[in-house]
Amino acid sequence: MELENKRESKVISKNIDVFYGDKQALFGIDLEIYKNEVTALIGPSGCGKSTFLRCINRMNDVIDICKITGEIEIDNFNIYKPDVDVVRLREKVGMVFQKPNPFPKSIYDNIAYGPSIHGIAKDKNEMDHIVETSLQKAALWNEVKDRLHEPGTGLSGGQQQRLCIARAISINPEIILMDEPCSALDPIATAKIEELIDSLKRSFTIVIVTHSMSQAARVSQRTGFFHLGKLIEMGETEKIFKNPNNTMTQDYITGRFG
Amino acid sequence: MNKELRRKKRYQAEKRFQLYGIIAISLALFFVGLLVFKVFSDGTSAFSRTMIKLDVTFDANKLGITNVNDKDEVDNADYYTLIYEEFIKSYPFSNREEEKQIIKLLSPDYEFEAKNYFLKNKDQLNKTVTLLLTASDDFDQLHKGNFPRDIPEDRRRLSNYQLKIYDQFLKDGKVEKIFNNYLFSKGDSRDPELAGFGGAILGSLFTILICLLISFPIALAAAVYLEEFAPKNKLTDLIEININNLAAVPSIVFGLLGLGILLNVFELPRSTPLVGGIALSLMTLPRIIIPARASLKAVPPSIREGALAMGASKVQTVFHHVVPLAMPGTLSGTIIGLAQALGETAPLLLIGMVAFVVELPGSPMDPSASLPVQVYLWSESAERGFVEKTSATIMMLLGFLIVMNSLAVYARQKFEKKWN
Ligand SMILES: Nc1ncnc2c1ncn2[C@@H]1O[C@H](COP(=O)(O)OP(=O)(O)OP(=O)(O)O)[C@@H](O)[C@H]1O
Ligand SMILES: [Mg+2]
Repeated sequence: MELENKRESKVISKNIDVFYGDKQALFGIDLEIYKNEVTALIGPSGCGKSTFLRCINRMNDVIDICKITGEIEIDNFNIYKPDVDVVRLREKVGMVFQKPNPFPKSIYDNIAYGPSIHGIAKDKNEMDHIVETSLQKAALWNEVKDRLHEPGTGLSGGQQQRLCIARAISINPEIILMDEPCSALDPIATAKIEELIDSLKRSFTIVIVTHSMSQAARVSQRTGFFHLGKLIEMGETEKIFKNPNNTMTQDYITGRFG
Repeated sequence: MNKELRRKKRYQAEKRFQLYGIIAISLALFFVGLLVFKVFSDGTSAFSRTMIKLDVTFDANKLGITNVNDKDEVDNADYYTLIYEEFIKSYPFSNREEEKQIIKLLSPDYEFEAKNYFLKNKDQLNKTVTLLLTASDDFDQLHKGNFPRDIPEDRRRLSNYQLKIYDQFLKDGKVEKIFNNYLFSKGDSRDPELAGFGGAILGSLFTILICLLISFPIALAAAVYLEEFAPKNKLTDLIEININNLAAVPSIVFGLLGLGILLNVFELPRSTPLVGGIALSLMTLPRIIIPARASLKAVPPSIREGALAMGASKVQTVFHHVVPLAMPGTLSGTIIGLAQALGETAPLLLIGMVAFVVELPGSPMDPSASLPVQVYLWSESAERGFVEKTSATIMMLLGFLIVMNSLAVYARQKFEKKWN
């Protein structure tokens, strides 16, 4: 109970509806994401987890047919207000995708891109520093420090994903969205990334979409269960996994459907 | 059993299909081989030039030079008479007619050849030197074995008397074949032995340069806008269809456009690479836009999403990531488009690039020929000397095309980034 009190809301979603053309993908999503915690979103394929995640940094704006109604507040500020600068928003809300997507540039340039377009580094020294600390935070520095100028696409899948995480944290965002970051990785790489997520939550607020129940249980403090575009249940991870309120949630996490 | 039979049939069908393929390829190769063989067998002799040796004394009195350093005197000296008188001494003649036949074995440019030699070697005044003078076209062709000698005299371009002179020269070792530098350094001429495609090459290069400078930036901007920024609606669909249509418009139409607008309305200088380049760039535009759009489309969406998620704006995403990745494909499309423009003849005919131009063009504003038009012009000429030059020009043109197309392939393979 004492812990509850210390919690601070970071993201509040209020009645979010999402339409792809005529088809509604999300129905009135209301949820809260707390600061410096890992929130996991689970649910069967096609239930709208990615869609919701992409609402938080307005990546759905790129899709012409996608229409969104409702509000998402980050630090009590509605990001769907008409004159919000999405560039500033995405500076604050980083994203890591399901498939590692490093730019076809050197490892160094992959990290340096964000800081350079946002004018974060004043000079080369500062940039070198940002690159190094970002790679260190992403637990990749030791593996790549001797080949910073080799292409990022030449790394292994797990390394590429950590490179993408390093890239996301290079501009020091407040929130990091991860859409199935481990689905293309082997168990060892997955373990590394999970460890990384756990350490990153000290500085960032993390939202992760995952298909792995055990992963959600391992890394997250809170879990939300989506089904057919609706948020069925959301709560403490422990509670969701041990004693969910909803029978559908129960069925899903025990593998009886999905 | 039925299964066995079907499998056998399938193998047979496969074999048959392979056979068709091999036949098709062999036929195609055969025709290409035929073309190349014909061009080379006609054209290689154009790369050599027949010269006649002549011992000449640069006699100061005859030339009328009193002071070698007087530029005016040296420039206006009478090289014509000097060479003329010396050359007709090479073989005995008995009348004016025979004298004419002797001097006709030399190319009419001998006066300038002697002058050029003397200008470079002024210390040879009053000394005797052996000059190499360009032989006339008929002599040249005879020496190259392109004229049969065993036909009646009245159907030959060289008389019996001239043939005798040739034989004598040959015996005296006065005939020599050298590399034909004129072919590369000279413009057109009425005399085949003095004609070269230097002017045509320059004209073609200027034309292609103008075409590149105009079409590449416009095409790239159009492709980027259409592919990345334009809203998808009826209007952009219409534009898309029309770009494809434009690529299929016969090139002569662009020539007409050039004639009607560039020459008649804007009064740009006729027969120049400037106008040719503009007319060709209209034709090249869609041929660059189409591959450029295809390459833009081929850039994986994950790269765009990655950049957008880093907070890059749409414009930054496009210009920092998408366009560079689409560049190899765009460049190879551009080179292929330019190669097509290089071989284009019809529009250039209409804007007057068929003029007879002796001078080499110094800029895109000077009247000029171009390689394909030069082929057209020379192929119309009756002289045997122009036949070999026509083929040599085709060789040049094919050479350029091969180089450009290889560049296109190279650009694609070397610079195309691999993404997963
Ligand atoms: N770009 C799009 N255009 C049209 N419909 C889409 C688009 N993206 C998603 N949808 C639809 O929205 C619904 C939710 O999709 P979403 O990708 O959010 O599901 P998801 O929960 O992430 O599934 P998965 O676990 O398979 O990734 C699906 O029915 C899908 O077909
Ligand atoms: Mg998804």
